[in-house]
Amino acid sequence: MAENTLVRRTPLYDAHQAAGGKLVEFAGWQMPVQYSGVLQEHRAVRTAAGIFDVSHMGEFRVSGKGAEGFLQAMTPNDVAKLKPGRIHYSGLLTEQGTYVDDLLIYRFAEEEFLLVVNAANAEKDLAWLQGHNDAGVTLEDVSSDYGLIALQGPKAEAILSELTSTDLTAIRYYAFVEGEVSGRATLISRTGYTGEDGFELYLAPEDAPAVWDRLLDVGGPAGLVPAGLGARDTLRMEAAMALYGHEIDDTTTPLEAGLQWVVKLEASDFVGRQALVEIRDAGLTRKLVGFNVEGRGIARQGHKVIAEDEEVGFVTSGTFSPTLERAIGMAYVPVSMATIGASLSLDIRGKVVPAVIVDLPFYKRAK
Amino acid sequence: MYPDTLRYSKDHEWVRVEGDVCVIGITHYAQDELGEVVFVEVPEPGQEFDAHEEIGTIESVKAVAEVFTPVTGEIVEVNAALADSPELINQDPHGEGWLVKVRFSSQGDLDGLMDSAAYEKFLEDGE
Repeated sequence: MAENTLVRRTPLYDAHQAAGGKLVEFAGWQMPVQYSGVLQEHRAVRTAAGIFDVSHMGEFRVSGKGAEGFLQAMTPNDVAKLKPGRIHYSGLLTEQGTYVDDLLIYRFAEEEFLLVVNAANAEKDLAWLQGHNDAGVTLEDVSSDYGLIALQGPKAEAILSELTSTDLTAIRYYAFVEGEVSGRATLISRTGYTGEDGFELYLAPEDAPAVWDRLLDVGGPAGLVPAGLGARDTLRMEAAMALYGHEIDDTTTPLEAGLQWVVKLEASDFVGRQALVEIRDAGLTRKLVGFNVEGRGIARQGHKVIAEDEEVGFVTSGTFSPTLERAIGMAYVPVSMATIGASLSLDIRGKVVPAVIVDLPFYKRAK
Repeated sequence: MYPDTLRYSKDHEWVRVEGDVCVIGITHYAQDELGEVVFVEVPEPGQEFDAHEEIGTIESVKAVAEVFTPVTGEIVEVNAALADSPELINQDPHGEGWLVKVRFSSQGDLDGLMDSAAYEKFLEDGE
């Protein structure tokens, strides 16, 4: 593979090389797409645990007087209701109510927040926030301050508890604490993108490799494996979690993406609110649905949904589900067609293949 | 890694000549690039194809790859085991993971293929 100086390496680059990771360029970063194989890594996360390098994610600190009000005006979820030590899922929306990006908001204190954004959008997001920062809150790109490891799977808590004195049982879903892992200061967040229980560990970049190695040492006997972007994608698809550039982008709104729960129209005004109110009042024209492919093959992003020889929708994501052992996907279809159990026709590389709309998510873990 | 008994195409297919029939599969390199195979689509016996024509597709979780026949001829047999066990392509790409058998009509089609040494060099040179 040709060297490209414009492609960045995470603090875990050497660890990926050592573990035999197959590296690809993703959003300007050299990232492992897989180690042993997507299916095996996927199943390890569903049955035991996996660790993912997600250091490419962007992080911004928003602080100072007016920080809460700024985020309240910039994001559709209700920041006023977010307590310190808690996290919520939200987004940045355009005036049209479509997505600039989706993100997580961590609240540290009354006027101190951390935003975690998609790597591919980090630059755009920062410019967008700066462009709206009339109140002059402190807005810092702190992405390079963090190495980020996602530890996911039913055995995540048991494995991590062997490496930390922090009480993990006290960390609820979508909550975080500033603790330690292997003696290294770590922001431990009970979040993830797999549909499993797990943690995301925010570390100083220089501490990330040691923690990665300790997780492999301690977790290995329990079935923990390093997992790449390939498994991350199949896991998030089974859990029906949206991915920017697929289910959501600057042409789609949270309402049609099934993310209306993120949008608090009655809480306060925010960028995109007026458009969303109008869309809600007028009624949606299309909706994101999940489908099982009934024939052979995998419907992938951009494949058409057809009805009576007309294109009526499009596939946003599709894969082979390792858990269900069948091809699954998500697509935008007209609201009139968006009924559980209804049949769809998909154009998979020129061949019409039947599919059936199913309830989302495809996979839900047993509690 | 690449048996001397096979001949190789630049599209990463291999061919094993058995009398007037060619057994065709994809190479170790091709399966490794694709990752775990989950669906295989091959033509029906009796169908005829020209050399370099697409005869089927192989899908992994990550990607889909077209398969091209290196030789002109008629499909005489397909590997039925792949329908239930597509992973054979990953496990044994040059053996149990074969795709189709083609009765070929022109010896000349084989001349354009590489031997194992040439294919290995082709891979080293970066396609």
